[in-house]
Amino acid sequence: MTARKTGLLACLFLTLAPLATAKDSCTECHSNMDGTLKAPVTDYVNDIHARHGFSCADCHGGDRNADDPEAAMNPAKGFMGHIARTAVPALCAHCHSDAALMHRFKPQQRVDQLALYLTSVHGKRLATGDTAVANCVDCHSVHNIREVKDPQSPVYPLKLPETCARCHADAAHMAPYKIQTNQFAEYRASVHWEALSKRGDLSAPNCASCHGNHGAAPPQVASVAEVCGACHVLFEEMYNKSPHQPVFAAMGGGGCTVCHGNHGIRKPGIEMLAGGGAVCAPCHDAGSAGGAAAAQMAGLLTKLDTALTQSDAVLNRAHDSGMEVSEPILRQMEGRQAQVKALVAMHEFQVAAVAKPVQEGLAVAAATRRAGEKALQDRDSRRVGLALSLVTILVTMAGLWMAIRSLESKASAVPKPAGR
Amino acid sequence: MASATRPEGLGWLDERLGLSALREFAAHKTVPLHSATVWYYFGGITLFLFTIQVLTGVLLLLYYRPSPTEAYESVQFIMTRVQFGWLVRSIHSWSANLMILTAFIHMFSVVFLHSYRRPREITWLSGLVLLGLALGFGFSGYLLPWNKVSYFATKVGTDMAASVPVVGHQVARFLRGGADVGGATLTRFFGFHVAILPGLTTLLLVVHLGLVQRHGMSSPPWSEGKKLAQMRFFPNFFLRELMAWYAALAVLGSLAALFPWELGEKADPFAPAPAGIRPEWYFLAPFYTLKLIPSHVWQVEGELLGLMGFALLAAWWVLLPFWASNSKGDVRTRWVTGAGVALLAYLVTFSLLGYFR
Repeated sequence: MTARKTGLLACLFLTLAPLATAKDSCTECHSNMDGTLKAPVTDYVNDIHARHGFSCADCHGGDRNADDPEAAMNPAKGFMGHIARTAVPALCAHCHSDAALMHRFKPQQRVDQLALYLTSVHGKRLATGDTAVANCVDCHSVHNIREVKDPQSPVYPLKLPETCARCHADAAHMAPYKIQTNQFAEYRASVHWEALSKRGDLSAPNCASCHGNHGAAPPQVASVAEVCGACHVLFEEMYNKSPHQPVFAAMGGGGCTVCHGNHGIRKPGIEMLAGGGAVCAPCHDAGSAGGAAAAQMAGLLTKLDTALTQSDAVLNRAHDSGMEVSEPILRQMEGRQAQVKALVAMHEFQVAAVAKPVQEGLAVAAATRRAGEKALQDRDSRRVGLALSLVTILVTMAGLWMAIRSLESKASAVPKPAGR
Repeated sequence: MASATRPEGLGWLDERLGLSALREFAAHKTVPLHSATVWYYFGGITLFLFTIQVLTGVLLLLYYRPSPTEAYESVQFIMTRVQFGWLVRSIHSWSANLMILTAFIHMFSVVFLHSYRRPREITWLSGLVLLGLALGFGFSGYLLPWNKVSYFATKVGTDMAASVPVVGHQVARFLRGGADVGGATLTRFFGFHVAILPGLTTLLLVVHLGLVQRHGMSSPPWSEGKKLAQMRFFPNFFLRELMAWYAALAVLGSLAALFPWELGEKADPFAPAPAGIRPEWYFLAPFYTLKLIPSHVWQVEGELLGLMGFALLAAWWVLLPFWASNSKGDVRTRWVTGAGVALLAYLVTFSLLGYFR
């Protein structure tokens, strides 16, 4: 786009935006057309720009006050018609990089999208003339742009993975770039997608959380832990203290992803430390110090999990028997918190670091189990007490019955008292 | 001056308390024997359960604290820390329910044996007031543990009171001690439960029992003109009644030990009402009926219509001894039995529907 056209568009916008409700010959004519010539008008009704009073001419140029198509779409009046894909980011940035202008509509809106885009893989490739890469409209749509918080927006957290996958899961589209296309399928099997889609946690990571949005790029190997650590703060802290950090860094490994993978991160468990599925095994033999440490940590974590699960079972049995065990059940949460601490501490890959919270958790589990067992003993004692009480009551009732019989057999020998 | 002989032992008490008159009364009191004599025991069982309520209630009072911050914790303390506290609390809760059940059985036995008829109209009225007071005990006591279910059930109950025309809002405000169920409601309900209701009940109980003694045990109308065999109240009937009390104690103890009354979760006024909230079983029939009534019936609010219906039903039932007799003084036994069966069928059916739906 030439500087002249850019300047003209800016002037057009500034002069025409306040007149949003004024005449719009583009909409008038195109709404009477069919197919692709009508579609933009239909789509634009729900567009965020339409809501703020922008019209076709604000992007496409031309004179919306002119009834004559020739005059309305006169290049001399800045009419550009179809916008070239390479021109889209700059065109959007005319407004979206203008802090003063954006402030009028949404004061909190960032204005660095173009700057970020130019650093992204998409932006860099577009600059080389590769028009197959994504630009603004590929993600935000063309004439039906909605706010990110609108659930119908293609960049709404729940929809974003699908939007990225439109290109990144398309083998033909990705072939020239030699990029895998399994990320979306893997992500949909991950704990992050589960949190996002099943638990409705919109803060759960989607593609943009790790790769960035406008500045989308794969995280560099050295920064993977930083990226994960943006949410998993304590894990990153522990990992940075661990003996793995310098080793993985020297090996050019990917930090967290070495053990957890990237897009298809599954729910982690103790089985990652020991057994056939252990992620430590490829580097640490079972007999090595690392293998032994992994086995020890797995043993500690398993011990705690088993102890807490057994306490749960005892407490549930006591609760189901009608015993009041709400206090130990509440205390059991402390044990589960200790378990979480142990799992976090595990990322320091030091047995002693794991042992401390495990011991705390085991102490809680032992106390709650004792409380549950005592409740069950009390239940049994109550039942014995009840049985003895029932026997006493029955014996007393039998005694009363015998007394009545004896009384009445004696009375039958003498005349009954007169009735009232 | 002649010196009077100083009486000793029971004679000393007799001189001061007039025990011989009581003994004389007991010696002459009899109970008619017929096919339905067994129903006479339920009045005594209800009295026995009320006595247990008083005794266990007094024990609970030693530890219970009537404030939103302490009520739940104090009941929890009673159940977990106080020696046999769990038993006392569980017996108190179970005997409350059994007492209301036996009170209903006693009421229906009076209806089906037509014991309400002249001259026992006031005995009937005092009995119904006692039943109402027992329901009041149930409603006020339900809130005292300050758990989630009781909190929201009280909200629903007091909301119903608010829909009574003209005075509804004032009544609801009086019951709650404010605009909504809160700390003031708990204090107020505690006051009703341990002071006002026991006082009124004791007074009514004295009247009711006094009238029962005054008029004696009623014989059913179908035995009129026949000479029924009589059983001496003391010791024959009394010993049998004692057996019934022991049986009630066995049932009560078994329920309390095998199914301890749950405490549930502490009430959180800011939490949403739990799903399937419902009142105690003895309020289920009217509760379910109100649920079935549409929100509006001919421009009238459904709940209001339901409450008006219950008020008319209650008035009709209270006045039973007065409409049960014709102008000649003959009892319309078929009408009354039919009405009793219909009411019993309604209460059982709607309570079951309310419980299972």
